[in-house]
Amino acid sequence: MHDTNRHNGFSYLRPALAIIVLMTLITGFGYPVLVSAIGQALFPEQANGSLIRDDQGVVRGSILIAQRFEGEEWFHSRPSAGDFATVSSGASNMAASNPALVERIAKDAARLSVGAQTPVPLALVTTSGSGLDPDLPVAAVQFQTERVARARKLAPSVIAGEVDRLTQRSPIGPDVVNVLQLNLAISALGNEDNTP
Amino acid sequence: MAWQDYCLIVAFFALVLIPAPWLGRFVHRAMEGERTWLKPILGPIEYGIYRCAGVTPEREQSWKQYAGSVLVFSALSLLTVFSLLIAQGALPLNPEGLPGLEWTLAFNTAASFMTNTNWQAYSGEASMSYLTQMAGLAVQNFVSPAVGLAVIVALARGITRRTAGTIGNFWVDLTRAVLYCLVPLSMILAFFLIWQGVPQSLDPYVHATTLEGQEQTIPLGPAASQIAIKQLGTNGGGFFGVNSAHPFENPTVWSNLFQLVSILLIPAALLFTFGHYVKDLRQSRALLASMLVVFVIGLGAALYAEHEPAPSYANLPIEQAGSLEGKESRFGVTASVLWAAATTAASNGSVNAMHDSLSPLAGMVAMFNMMLSEVIFGGVGAGLYGMLLFVMIAVFLAGLMIGRTPEYLGKKLEAREVRLLVATLVVMPIGVLVFCALAVSFASPASAISAPGPHGLSQVLYAYTSATANNGSAFGGFGANTPYHNLMQGLAILLGRFGYILPVLAIAGSLAAKTRSPLGPNSFPTHGPLFVTLLTLTILLVGGLTFLPALALGPLAEHFASAL
Repeated sequence: MHDTNRHNGFSYLRPALAIIVLMTLITGFGYPVLVSAIGQALFPEQANGSLIRDDQGVVRGSILIAQRFEGEEWFHSRPSAGDFATVSSGASNMAASNPALVERIAKDAARLSVGAQTPVPLALVTTSGSGLDPDLPVAAVQFQTERVARARKLAPSVIAGEVDRLTQRSPIGPDVVNVLQLNLAISALGNEDNTP
Repeated sequence: MAWQDYCLIVAFFALVLIPAPWLGRFVHRAMEGERTWLKPILGPIEYGIYRCAGVTPEREQSWKQYAGSVLVFSALSLLTVFSLLIAQGALPLNPEGLPGLEWTLAFNTAASFMTNTNWQAYSGEASMSYLTQMAGLAVQNFVSPAVGLAVIVALARGITRRTAGTIGNFWVDLTRAVLYCLVPLSMILAFFLIWQGVPQSLDPYVHATTLEGQEQTIPLGPAASQIAIKQLGTNGGGFFGVNSAHPFENPTVWSNLFQLVSILLIPAALLFTFGHYVKDLRQSRALLASMLVVFVIGLGAALYAEHEPAPSYANLPIEQAGSLEGKESRFGVTASVLWAAATTAASNGSVNAMHDSLSPLAGMVAMFNMMLSEVIFGGVGAGLYGMLLFVMIAVFLAGLMIGRTPEYLGKKLEAREVRLLVATLVVMPIGVLVFCALAVSFASPASAISAPGPHGLSQVLYAYTSATANNGSAFGGFGANTPYHNLMQGLAILLGRFGYILPVLAIAGSLAAKTRSPLGPNSFPTHGPLFVTLLTLTILLVGGLTFLPALALGPLAEHFASAL
């Protein structure tokens, strides 16, 4: 006859409470702590955010997070709807049917195509999903090569060589270049040239 | 599309479909307590849990007891997460000192994670402490798919047992689903993701000085462990606000491929788990075929639409190709569309590109996948029990056509089962159409719309479809974080969860009590091409047709207006 009292809602409370507490211990603490411990031991660089430090040990960013570049001498990241904010990241969430988006793209395209360089690659006039897109498609990098070469007084072919070296090619995705990595490499080039 | 795009699509299907039979067999053995290679390691933990919880694993439950357990467990989960969210400001593991949430947002978030929806009206890195992410959200990421898995095996037992009074023990099914299926797979995926660049750290956020000298805060956290279960458990709630578009959540094309596969991995495997329960793998293959047909048609249409240049860009001096607004360079158009199709088919809801910026037709495919009540693979467990409801409806329709009592796998479907089936059919229309109509009828809720024209209606339609289907993805421009939408979305989410689970368990109970007549030459086979066609048409007509008028006013109107 014990089955009749099992219909009572309170008889479910004990297993429900116990399982929530135990699952919190196992999946809420045990699992992430175990993954953290092993992950930190195996891949310390990545587990801590793939940080980039300079010679003094100052953190200059993460290789995975886009930075704002505005100077002529840098390759520029894609435009960011969240203005490169990292807390919190954001997107424009605008559809192509939105006149505000078309207007914004038209304005940016006019600004970018000054050197009569058209068409402007899409990646340079569209904001990314995260607002922190660290990469550019190769065409969007090549579009900027001339400007960077002029500002840095480097031969465009030297820069093109760096671009080619740093292009990430994958059998399952588009060819892209990490903007931060490229800018670090180009500015290192500049330094070498300046030293006698 | 470039050759890499085709490689990605082939790799995706191969990695989902090839392991499915093996994994499905493993899940069946694990759920029935048979010996698996994990049993020696995890068995002591499993039995320890039963002892602490006062559960006798051999004592099975009637469907009412099973449903009672599901309800009490879910209510308690809701309460736990709600309390954590309200109180996080005063709790430890909060290095950024984030305050507690406003109560409607806390209710919305708790309901959303408890039901495997993971609708997020907040941004993780700006509102959730590490404690909330780990002890609140990540725990629900494990137990909410486990509830789905428990319910589908209970239904499978109901179909296979003869004149039985019980359909299993919920506490045992829940525990086994977490321990043997979700935890081990998540571990493997988490390590892979860390290797690819996803952070896994309990340190505070890092402050950096960029190359141009600006200050930049780099958010960290135990992200990889949570993202792994977010995908495998078809949860979808992002650690960071922009979800899997964030370069920390999804750093490379490889992390993208494996997360994409993880979304459909368990739902595809469960088809074979079901086949093992009913001892007929032809049933698995028939269900898989029907799902693949609908999935591939939707994917093809979305890929075609998204690779076309947007008509509104035609006169601009820019490259004429598929739009990259809201998409990441490392994924491009194809990986973004593939993700959009998979995440909406599977009730996952994570995004690697912003759905609000998709072309009208691709956005419509995402919505349509959800409107079919998430049966194209669907959520862990939830997808298959939704699919089996459609199977029974198809069998019932076939029975009407040939004038015989409908029978599924030897079980007669009678008035009681058919009434319950019909009850599940009204859940999506109420949650989507009624709630959406309410939201656009009043000025204050309608002010959450941010886009002009038909796209504005699509935003509301998408939001309530996503909530009722327990998907969780959004047209992100929709300003959902208002008390009205938080409460109504929360209700739609609960309706979409329990409006299916309770009838499904009732059907499981009443089928278990019936005798099982042997399949004879006069039985209607449910595995051949004829049945696959009938089932697919049933899904599209019974599930989809209801929403055609709404879609015509939203995405279709937007498409034709922009094409003019």
